[in-house]
Amino acid sequence: MSLLRVENVTHYFGGLRAVHNYNLRVEPGQIRGLIGPNGAGKTTIFNLITGIYTPTEGEIWLEDSSIVGLRPYEIASSGLGRTFQNLRLWRHMTVLEHVKMAHYSKISYGLIGAFFGTPKRHREEAEIEEKANSLLELVEVRPLADQIVTNLPYGALRRVEMARALATEPKVLFLDEPTAGMNPEELTRMMDIIRRVHGELGLAIFLIEHRMKVVMDLCNTIQTLVFGEVIAEGTPEETQNNPRVIEAYLGEEVVT
Amino acid sequence: MTFFFQNVVNALQWGSFYALIALGYSMVYGVLLLFNFAHGDIFMVGAYIGFFVVSGLLAVASMSSLLLPNWLLLVLGIIFAMFLTSFVGMLVERVGYRPLRAAPRASAAITGLMIGIILETGNLALLGARRVSFPSLIATTTYNIGGVSITNKKITIVLVSLLLMLVLHQFVQRTKWGMAMRATAFDFSVVPLMGVSINTIAALTFGLGSALAAAAGILFSVAYPVLDPYMGITIGWKAFVAAILGGRGSILGAALAGFLMGFIEIFVVVIPNPFPTMFPFSLFPAPYLFPSTLRDLVAFSIILLILTFKPHGLFGEAHTARLRL
Repeated sequence: MSLLRVENVTHYFGGLRAVHNYNLRVEPGQIRGLIGPNGAGKTTIFNLITGIYTPTEGEIWLEDSSIVGLRPYEIASSGLGRTFQNLRLWRHMTVLEHVKMAHYSKISYGLIGAFFGTPKRHREEAEIEEKANSLLELVEVRPLADQIVTNLPYGALRRVEMARALATEPKVLFLDEPTAGMNPEELTRMMDIIRRVHGELGLAIFLIEHRMKVVMDLCNTIQTLVFGEVIAEGTPEETQNNPRVIEAYLGEEVVT
Repeated sequence: MTFFFQNVVNALQWGSFYALIALGYSMVYGVLLLFNFAHGDIFMVGAYIGFFVVSGLLAVASMSSLLLPNWLLLVLGIIFAMFLTSFVGMLVERVGYRPLRAAPRASAAITGLMIGIILETGNLALLGARRVSFPSLIATTTYNIGGVSITNKKITIVLVSLLLMLVLHQFVQRTKWGMAMRATAFDFSVVPLMGVSINTIAALTFGLGSALAAAAGILFSVAYPVLDPYMGITIGWKAFVAAILGGRGSILGAALAGFLMGFIEIFVVVIPNPFPTMFPFSLFPAPYLFPSTLRDLVAFSIILLILTFKPHGLFGEAHTARLRL
């Protein structure tokens, strides 16, 4: 039984076919990659699976239940976490609050607890803070926990976003270009962190990347998407040597 | 000097009304990026609901010959009216704004104006054109502090308003709903990914804003006990201006700008005429520079001037339009 199954998903924006007949199976513990030139439809696929768009055709299953047509917040709480290509953090909220917000549905103390600081609130807050801090430790931003996010360097912001996604306790983590805009030092650090997160939390990861080095190093299986269609699927070696992939990336002349 | 402090007290009272109403405008804008132009009329609805609640409580108290102190009736009245009015606000959001979440902003603005008219004329249709007078719960006592006369009503109004603002601040900072509201205000596109429904947060924001407007409505009725269906229009627009002045979406800004609005309004008409005999001041031979008929003109000109230099308001910040879900 696959953890996540996407079957024959097709999506149109008006008359434009953005994704055609897309299939995906993510097994527990796998790291899968999705590569492709700009505008190939990679982020659209993320948006389709996480419920921001509803596919025109096709089925999406998370474990045993279909998640097509569910609202984004329902899909998120059923076990898909994601980050964004362009950072979407909450200005003026602290790093810790970002992670705490991800525990929203697990906070059960109400008004009285919040205003009068009942023992239940203290217990829950302590529990959430402990969990949050261990996640922040994992992505190496623990010392910045009480900082407002606008004060953080770019690389750290990316890691905060990842911690926030992890805090929803996803079964599959979606990373949209986790190393976009990073310098080589930040890049290596991010790759180490992705590996560590994968190892320690044992979740499946599905990531979009532009940089070949990252996908080649991290992923078990890679799909190559061109104009909304998967043209190749295989291990990093197979992908690297596939003439169609090279053609899509480097242009036709090189191949002939 | 006593004259100055006398006006400070008046400004604080009016500032309380403006601040409470402006908070509703600003919170809704912060979370949903729209101005609820029916908010002034929700203030009116809140005042009427308060009127019915208090009248009902008085009737029950007299029938059962229960001796409830009047201050308790007022407190109960405020709490019940806030509670009931919050549902009016949530209904307005559900029926009027939610279907238009993806529509152009102008549609939402027009809908708001329309809902306002429905609330006003609905009130006229239900209750007729007669004005109702709010039961006088507190007998006016005037304290004289160093020549400044302060009524117990004014003290009550200012203190209750400040208390409510403090409670709101705590709510936004300490509860999970407040946290979700803040997150939605900064970037709502990620909020659903935390397993939170935007609809819940929108309803909550409207409910809270309307509850504060209801509190303002009752406090207003305590000071000026004649209610009519159009009572919310002028005060609503002024509070809207205060919300803009404070910076759209800023809670602190709305509260402070509400008070600033009160101060500007009260104080523009008590600026002494500097040269009573000199032209052009001699044209209006009066002890004050501006006649009270020019109150709004001068007050709004000052605000316009402030906004010229701080176009995002006192506590607002520039941000580009965000994607909507």
